[in-house]
Amino acid sequence: MPSAEEWGIVLLSLKVGGVAMIVTLPIAFALAWLLARVRFPGRVIVDAIVHLPLVVPPVVTGWLLLLAFGPTGPIGAPLQAWFGVSVLFRWTGAAIAAGIMALPLMVRAIRLSIEAVDRRLENAARTLGAGPWRVFWTLTLPLSIPGLLAGAVLGFARSIGEFGATITFVSNVPGETRTLPLAIYSVLQQPDGDAMALRLSAISIALSLAALVASEMLARRAGRGLHVL
Amino acid sequence: MSFEIAVTKRLGDTDIAIDLTAGAGATVLFGPSGVGKTSILNMVAGLLRPDTGRIVVGGVTLFGAGVDVPVERRRAGYVFQEARLFPHRRVRANLTYGASDGADIARVTGFLGIAPLLDRWPRSLSGGEAQRVAIGRALLSDPAFLLLDEPLTSLDRPRRDEIMQAIEHIRDVLALPILMVTHDPEEAERIGTRIVRM
Repeated sequence: MPSAEEWGIVLLSLKVGGVAMIVTLPIAFALAWLLARVRFPGRVIVDAIVHLPLVVPPVVTGWLLLLAFGPTGPIGAPLQAWFGVSVLFRWTGAAIAAGIMALPLMVRAIRLSIEAVDRRLENAARTLGAGPWRVFWTLTLPLSIPGLLAGAVLGFARSIGEFGATITFVSNVPGETRTLPLAIYSVLQQPDGDAMALRLSAISIALSLAALVASEMLARRAGRGLHVL
Repeated sequence: MSFEIAVTKRLGDTDIAIDLTAGAGATVLFGPSGVGKTSILNMVAGLLRPDTGRIVVGGVTLFGAGVDVPVERRRAGYVFQEARLFPHRRVRANLTYGASDGADIARVTGFLGIAPLLDRWPRSLSGGEAQRVAIGRALLSDPAFLLLDEPLTSLDRPRRDEIMQAIEHIRDVLALPILMVTHDPEEAERIGTRIVRM
């Protein structure tokens, strides 16, 4: 059985992953909708930037976040001055890193789902008197919910597994930023850490597997044009 | 006049042009596939923008002379070739999607024979049932006119007859102006107050 310390690590990971996922989800949906539905100059560039965290070494992303959110950074300085808040060495910083790393996966899943929404149904709704907002709330959004959920689950799983950007950005602080992968990394540095590493790894794999299966099932529903509500 | 349509549109290599003035009743656009009949309905509904021309229905200018009324304000009751029911809403919610609070759902479901279907999901309906629900949904949105795009194509003979009766009822009893597309001469003869060959 996992110890209290190990449960603490799992709970922290769930908190970081959950918050990262919930905060990133609306941003991912907005980007996915923009990329799926709007033709605008520079769309390819926006698409590439969204996908950047997928291919850039995570340590680079972490370092860029450190520069941005540091005490003199373009986001960190006003955060500190106006709200007295710093995310460095805090779980909130870990959630930001996890959210950024999860964003491309979430955008991809949601975008596929939005692209699968039959535009002919939206046209039918318009002839029935529905304006653009009503069409969005009553058709586009509910019909893309499978992809939204798939993206959320995938993003959550990716957030829980986030390592490189997190350790670079907010370090490895026990109880604050030491999520599952960071804890596994830490115990592997200790001579007697194998048993704990094994238990934490097993939990990690179980969480990831469950998330992938759930995400795949939801994505299939979305691909068949089914709705989940 | 019910319909005054004089538009041109270039779609790919096809030039679509029509100059039509039609009074009350049902006007049928009759002709082979690919001559742009559906595109004309789409232009009247506002789903496709004409290159030039004007569209006036019941004295109201929908397009032309600097006017381009948005689709949702044209009050077109559009029944598409395929029913296009919303898959995540039951029949009742499909019917009421465009309906105002005072809409007489019982009357419409009564003459279309779809009252027993209200709690069903669209995926459980036959082609004929789905098409009748689509007609009901269009009627309940309080349309100023009806656009029917080959609404009988996907149906077998008995179903076609049922729907044709419903369309005749709409034409004669509800007295809504109808613009219908078909490539079937029998349908054209039966429904059309006048037939425009394309």
